[in-house]
Amino acid sequence: MSRSAIPFQPSPARVLPEARWRPGLAAHPFHSEIFAPATEASGAGLALTLAHDALTSLGDAAGEDARHVLWVQDRKAIQLNGRPCLAGLPPDLRHRLIHVAAATPEDALFALEEGLKCRDMACVIGEIAGNPRALNFTASRRLSLTAERHGVRLWLVRLDADPDLSSARMRWRARAAPSLPPRWNAAAPGTATWYAELFRARRHVPGEWMLSDENGTLHVCHPKPVARPAAAPDLVHLARPTVGRSLAARPRA
Amino acid sequence: MSIWLARLSVDRWRLAHAPEQRAAADAAPTALIADTAHGPRIAAANDAGLAAGARAGMLLADARALCPDLVAVPADPAGELAALEKLSIWAQRWGPWSALDPPDGVLVDVTGAAHLLGGEERLLTDVAAACARRGLTVRTALAPTAGAAWALAHFGPPGAILAPDDDPLRLLGDLPVAALRLDDDVLTVLRRLGIKRLGDLAGVSGAGDDPAREAAGRDALSRRFRNHRSPAANPLIRLDQLLGRVPEPLLPVIAKPQSMVQRRLMEPIRHRALLDRVVDDLAADMVRALEARGEGARRLELALWRVDGEVVQRRIELAAATRAVSHITRLFAARLDHVDAGFGIEVVQLRASWSEPLSLSQADLDAAAEQHGTSLAACIDRLSVRLGPRAVTRPTLRASHLPERAQGWQPPLDPLPPQQGALAFHARPLKLLERAERIAVLYASPDGYPQRFRWRGQVREVVRVEGPERIAPEWWRERSTARLRDYYRIEDDAGRRYWIYRQGIAGDGRGGVPDWFLHGLYA
Repeated sequence: MSRSAIPFQPSPARVLPEARWRPGLAAHPFHSEIFAPATEASGAGLALTLAHDALTSLGDAAGEDARHVLWVQDRKAIQLNGRPCLAGLPPDLRHRLIHVAAATPEDALFALEEGLKCRDMACVIGEIAGNPRALNFTASRRLSLTAERHGVRLWLVRLDADPDLSSARMRWRARAAPSLPPRWNAAAPGTATWYAELFRARRHVPGEWMLSDENGTLHVCHPKPVARPAAAPDLVHLARPTVGRSLAARPRA
Repeated sequence: MSIWLARLSVDRWRLAHAPEQRAAADAAPTALIADTAHGPRIAAANDAGLAAGARAGMLLADARALCPDLVAVPADPAGELAALEKLSIWAQRWGPWSALDPPDGVLVDVTGAAHLLGGEERLLTDVAAACARRGLTVRTALAPTAGAAWALAHFGPPGAILAPDDDPLRLLGDLPVAALRLDDDVLTVLRRLGIKRLGDLAGVSGAGDDPAREAAGRDALSRRFRNHRSPAANPLIRLDQLLGRVPEPLLPVIAKPQSMVQRRLMEPIRHRALLDRVVDDLAADMVRALEARGEGARRLELALWRVDGEVVQRRIELAAATRAVSHITRLFAARLDHVDAGFGIEVVQLRASWSEPLSLSQADLDAAAEQHGTSLAACIDRLSVRLGPRAVTRPTLRASHLPERAQGWQPPLDPLPPQQGALAFHARPLKLLERAERIAVLYASPDGYPQRFRWRGQVREVVRVEGPERIAPEWWRERSTARLRDYYRIEDDAGRRYWIYRQGIAGDGRGGVPDWFLHGLYA
């Protein structure tokens, strides 16, 4: 099994494989939290991209992974932040998403735990708004232990929440960042970009990054954009090379 | 059918002797004694003892005064009860169902079974012959009710048969009231009342000629015994049981064979590792045997037969009925440390001499889920049961251009319907609000999109825009006044990306100034 191949080391204080976090690391924690404002979808976007990053770097090729992804939202989160839109999801996720609309945070926690117990889940993504009483340290510890026991990863998005006590192994604070101008229309919004602050992690030193999602993969943007804005939606793949006449949009790289 | 083993204790004592010594034992006056608070008292005596004057219930000292050479042998009531249990199982050869009648009787239900032995007389003859072969003195009787059979066996003529259509009181009326299986104090009361025979009791209590007198007599007796609820203390209940007017439940004796498994070994084993293996196999067999009977072992006896004829016994007792192979094996492993195998062990036998009902339990259900995780279907089931079937869904595309209609929700494990591929140049938001929220445009640019707007109480400056993407109303479904939508992707000064639309165009004749709505959130 792929997940048993990853040894989880419970005392990472002694082992610091890589102090500075970067995308594409092999060791991913089983329980992460992302604090994000409810008026933007940066939390869910960052969670999806981190999940994609984790699953690909663990060797599960995204195209071959047919396991489902559980997305749990409580009612307040749906009210504030909306439901996932199928056409806007990453293409490899569209056919394998299971959505749970829980009425209360307690139900959402139950659904998260059941999802973590399920061996047919690739990962579990949760969205809980605010700081409900049910989501205390004990509940988060339960989630951590269940995730570590069954080897299913959890990204819990906390909308408009204060970072209270939690046993999550990595805790992020995310907000939207101005995107790099796209290649073809500099006046249009670019690809998803976030300021992500890792303010607590077991294996890494805290830090701050500007992360962007380029066709599903996680990239670190440098604060100063390079002269040629490479991080842009490259829609070239939509056009096929025609025979006899080369397409004007074909990149000469 | 009632079988009364009239002299069970004496017969057992006699049979305990070797056959050649029995004549000498019969000749010597002997009494079986039981210790009481007032000294040894005679429980039973053999024929010579009876002839010498010993009677049951007599103090041994009194009997010795009558016959100084009376031999006293301790009685064995527990052994007699065990023997009676075995006899009642054995008596099931005459009927399918037998009950103990302590201290010295057996009741067998032979309803519909007598013809197998050639009729009721032949049945009773067979019983007498079989018991005589075993050296037991018996008196038997056959009657429609257990009470009547008991009365006839103890007080009636030998081999008495009461046919169902006989009048029971005609045959039983002359029997003493002791035939009702009553306690001694009740018999004393009846004797003081002058009721000595069953006929007297029946005459007083019912079944007489004059109904009025009968009712009055029965009423008087029932008042006399109104506090006596137990059948053995109330002659009226006993009489009704004897006559079949009230049912008399009996507790049947059911033989339960012990679970036993054994292994005969082709080659005698002398080594501990092999023995452990055999014990392991036996424990697995035993667990299977116990499981088939729905029982768990409380005591297990392991017997090892050595080649030289020695038998090594090991016994474990368990605190609770168990059917766990590993548990049994571990307990026996501690007890097998000092077994002397000699020239080798050739037969190993495991017997559950005490077992208790232990229903099959499914405690493994959750443990397996803990160990290996649940399957997807089980997970969906658990979620749908707690949260409701509508809460667990998966999104599907539907044939519509309107964003809120283009997506449906279906049960998560249903097959996806065939759907058209999405257009890749449509950049759709990651999140779609349940209802598009109205925004207040504070300042619109000349191009038609808002430059500054207020949403959820916050003013946002639009920095970058792409659009419009016009989505027309579905005229085949909606009313003619439905307005089109112009969608814009925008990014504000903090980098937040939204999907907003204007409903309608100014001057389209379908309403006033068009409103702006925020519909989706981009990642």
